[in-house]
Amino acid sequence: MKKCIITVVGKDTVGIIAKVCTYLAENQINILDISQTIVQGYFNMMMITDIGQATKELGEVSKELETIGEEIGVTIRCQRAEIFEKMHRL
Amino acid sequence: MINIYEVTETNQMIEQENLDVRTITLGISLMDCIDSDLEKLNDKIYKKITTLAKDLVKTGQDIEQEYGIPIVNKRISITPISLIGAAACKTSEDFVTIAKTLDAAAKEVGVNFIGGYSALVSKGMTPAEEALIRSIPEALAVTERVCSSVNVGSTKTGINMDAVKLCGEIVKATAEATADRDSLGCAKLVIFCNAPDDNPFMAGAFLGVTEADAVINVGVSGPGVVKHAIEQVRGQGFEQLCETIKKTAFKITRVGQLVAGEASKRLGIPFGIIDLSLAPTPAVGDSIAEILEEIGLERVGAPGTTAALAMLNDQVKKGGVMASSYVGGLSGAFIPVSEDQGMIDAVNAGSLTLEKLEAMTCVCSVGLDMIAIPGKTKASTISGIIADEMAIGMVNQKTTAVRLIPVIGKDVGEIAEFGGLLGYAPIMPVNEFDCSDFVNRKGRIPAPIHSFKN
Repeated sequence: MKKCIITVVGKDTVGIIAKVCTYLAENQINILDISQTIVQGYFNMMMITDIGQATKELGEVSKELETIGEEIGVTIRCQRAEIFEKMHRL
Repeated sequence: MINIYEVTETNQMIEQENLDVRTITLGISLMDCIDSDLEKLNDKIYKKITTLAKDLVKTGQDIEQEYGIPIVNKRISITPISLIGAAACKTSEDFVTIAKTLDAAAKEVGVNFIGGYSALVSKGMTPAEEALIRSIPEALAVTERVCSSVNVGSTKTGINMDAVKLCGEIVKATAEATADRDSLGCAKLVIFCNAPDDNPFMAGAFLGVTEADAVINVGVSGPGVVKHAIEQVRGQGFEQLCETIKKTAFKITRVGQLVAGEASKRLGIPFGIIDLSLAPTPAVGDSIAEILEEIGLERVGAPGTTAALAMLNDQVKKGGVMASSYVGGLSGAFIPVSEDQGMIDAVNAGSLTLEKLEAMTCVCSVGLDMIAIPGKTKASTISGIIADEMAIGMVNQKTTAVRLIPVIGKDVGEIAEFGGLLGYAPIMPVNEFDCSDFVNRKGRIPAPIHSFKN
């Protein structure tokens, strides 16, 4: 298992989750957990994913997700989970 | 499991509060390059650096991409060249050839600075060490990425006043050699007391002889994150303030530890230390001065500044130490003037003086850093300022340093421009009363009584 956190932040619109999930499915990235809130009209989503079986390298996934984000007007980041675990867990 | 608020907090630190890893510094020992033939020596140095560091920049970029954390600088520190070149270099010009080799190696592997064009002369100088020190003005003028340092004192040995006198002259000569670039050469030259062997930060980084063949040292940063955190406890007591700084320092340092571990694993080079530092940049919101002002000062330099800085420095260490397995380097808050917009503003407002900065260096890491002074300042006056700063380090058993830039052709009220991370600086007035009779005495200041602990 190689855990990655995908975050999507931006103006809410139709089909954000669908777009991201389609991309993840196409690249064999498994979603372990999704949480989502709307803060002051802004869409805020976090996905915990496993990219252990992914067909592409993390760097490539990260860049492609960024491009998808630009297309639908949101910011998408894909980061290894350790940065959050190290910072927030003893 | 990690929740959305924690993820948002981390990403906000990175995106809005300038959280970054300031530097991954690869320390490389050049001891096995020593040769009495200058050409062979240069050849071996170039090969060793370009072999060991060939993947450094790429590895740093991969880590940045995967974790989404900027790693601003990838750098190299090396064994002090006065030791490595001693057998081959007969003159200062010989040493300059090594500086050129280092510059070429740095460019080849893509690092922005290489530190270790250094001499450790806290008690005495060998002829090679003196030749290296005398070569510094030319070496820094003809190279772009080479950084130099001279350790002229320590708590254990006292202060080598002959070296202090020489260094005052060398700072002045370095300024003159780069007069066409606002004396930029001096921004790459640090005079130390108690210089650490494992410092990852430029311009004072070198790899001491106590270190392994290669080692990864990491410097963290994050003044903006600390400032944002303490805005949430505005008006509350010191207990809440200190707790907030400690927790924030812990979080910042954990990121550094993660990056250091990852870099070490990928490069197959052992992890050395994390330098627990708050290192400012000229970017707005990335300032130590702004933290001190948020603590409750109208302007940095006001009464209370030294106490606030002492507290900040201590809390950063307390929070950071637990977050890292090994801590070293300079560790603490840096107070460079040109690299910190809040410091520049305080100087311009007449709140911050050279003397107040000197007092502040008693309680934080390093010393008089990136301070522009009039180009007409006498070499003996610069030596006097160096001696004062070295005395603070020697007596307080801490590292102190001097990175002064006498800007040739400019005077108080004018601005020196260095560009990039080095920023710009208003030229500050210097006490002009003479100290040359003091500086011209020969020999050294003995080690203080409290250094005799055996």
